[in-house]
Amino acid sequence: MSDVPPALTPGFHGRPRPEGVALPPGQYVEDGFPVLSAGPTPNVSEATWSLTVTTEAGASTAWTWADLMALPQETPTVDIHCVTRWSKFGTRWTGVSLDVLLADVESTADFVMVGSYGGYTTNLPVADLLGGKAWIAHAFDGKRLHPEHGGPARLLVPHLYFWKSAKWVRSLTLLPTNRPGFWERLGYHDLGDPWREQRYQGD
Amino acid sequence: MTEPARLGGRYAVRSGWQLATLVDRRRESASAATLVLDVPGWPGHQPGQHVDLRLTAADGYTAERSYSLASVPEGSNRIEVTVQRVADGEVSPYLVGDFPVGSAVEVRGPVGGWFVWDPARDAGTPVLLLAGGSGLVPLMAMARARRRAGDRTPFRLICSVRTAEDQLYPDEIAALVARGDGFEARTIFTRAVSLTALRGPRRLTDSELAAWGWPPELAPRVYVCGPTGFVEAVSRMLVAQGHDPAHVRTERFGPGGG
Repeated sequence: MSDVPPALTPGFHGRPRPEGVALPPGQYVEDGFPVLSAGPTPNVSEATWSLTVTTEAGASTAWTWADLMALPQETPTVDIHCVTRWSKFGTRWTGVSLDVLLADVESTADFVMVGSYGGYTTNLPVADLLGGKAWIAHAFDGKRLHPEHGGPARLLVPHLYFWKSAKWVRSLTLLPTNRPGFWERLGYHDLGDPWREQRYQGD
Repeated sequence: MTEPARLGGRYAVRSGWQLATLVDRRRESASAATLVLDVPGWPGHQPGQHVDLRLTAADGYTAERSYSLASVPEGSNRIEVTVQRVADGEVSPYLVGDFPVGSAVEVRGPVGGWFVWDPARDAGTPVLLLAGGSGLVPLMAMARARRRAGDRTPFRLICSVRTAEDQLYPDEIAALVARGDGFEARTIFTRAVSLTALRGPRRLTDSELAAWGWPPELAPRVYVCGPTGFVEAVSRMLVAQGHDPAHVRTERFGPGGG
């Protein structure tokens, strides 16, 4: 007698399927705004916050909070997708496009290491920060970004899994070759495209 | 490892999903159950890691969720996850109540390499475990690994649960303490207590954390797991008490996690 494979989760129905929305594979719709981070929330004030971009040649450009506020502001409304499987539709942010911040930075690097207050890092291709795809965000739903969600300012790269959108962002370091950041060293994907379900290394 | 592979490779999950069979389900509390799964070729895991489960409905719809491993790697194909039923959850009520023993679910993992404590690597440094509700599950895997290894690393566990009925593994925790080998545990209730209780129902206080945890001068490894509100409040207290944020590892589950 051959082994009959056991039935796969019989009696599981799931929620009514969302209609008319684009949900990446393996994700579900979340109406709240869950918080995920690897350690305590760092206490960063706007007075001490700054963002530094360093090229592969070692040249640095820095923006203070006042500098950031003086730049052209955008208000993207985007869907976000967390690797822990929630997706949240139509989130409204205020921030400065990376196209603005990186416009005059001279570099031939293809990769960026993002650094945060508190020590978090994440890596991604430069191409994923340019072309209207990424922002330094400082407000959510028109209100100052709460520290739990990365305030005073976080990276916002909504087309990638949300761990790439580093909270409490403080530095962008341009790299000629790719290096893994915090979660990427621990087995998570270097790019993290939710539509290709790139959760883990090897996906 | 012979070649200097990327660190990611060392922790990378095995790609792809595999079929696991539910071989047993144990009731842990009124709203939680432990699922015993047989996963052919399970490679072992580190205490604190989790697995992804993928459920499939008759029409092909799938739902994926992550659950912490409760069991110690035993060199067998058996793994255990303790699942807390989330009211209105899509997946957890099915797993806790309806998923029939003998049927299959897809499993992927083990996953995660940050929120882990492994006696072979981490023994010696005092450990403080802080659990909010079912955030106890990955911490229990660490405590079980310590006992299994005969390790005597000083452990202190503080559990915060709503009521006595919501406790997970109370008898086993009492037995771990009774061994007298450096494992201490406290449980506080936030919603209701017995009439004879000395402590009223309330959240963990700053002074309780200071008294029942380790002083920051000992530089303990701290693991905090629970709902976001618990993790935020506790990790804020820890940092204010002088613990190095780099030694505080957190894992949170938010709303809609079920």
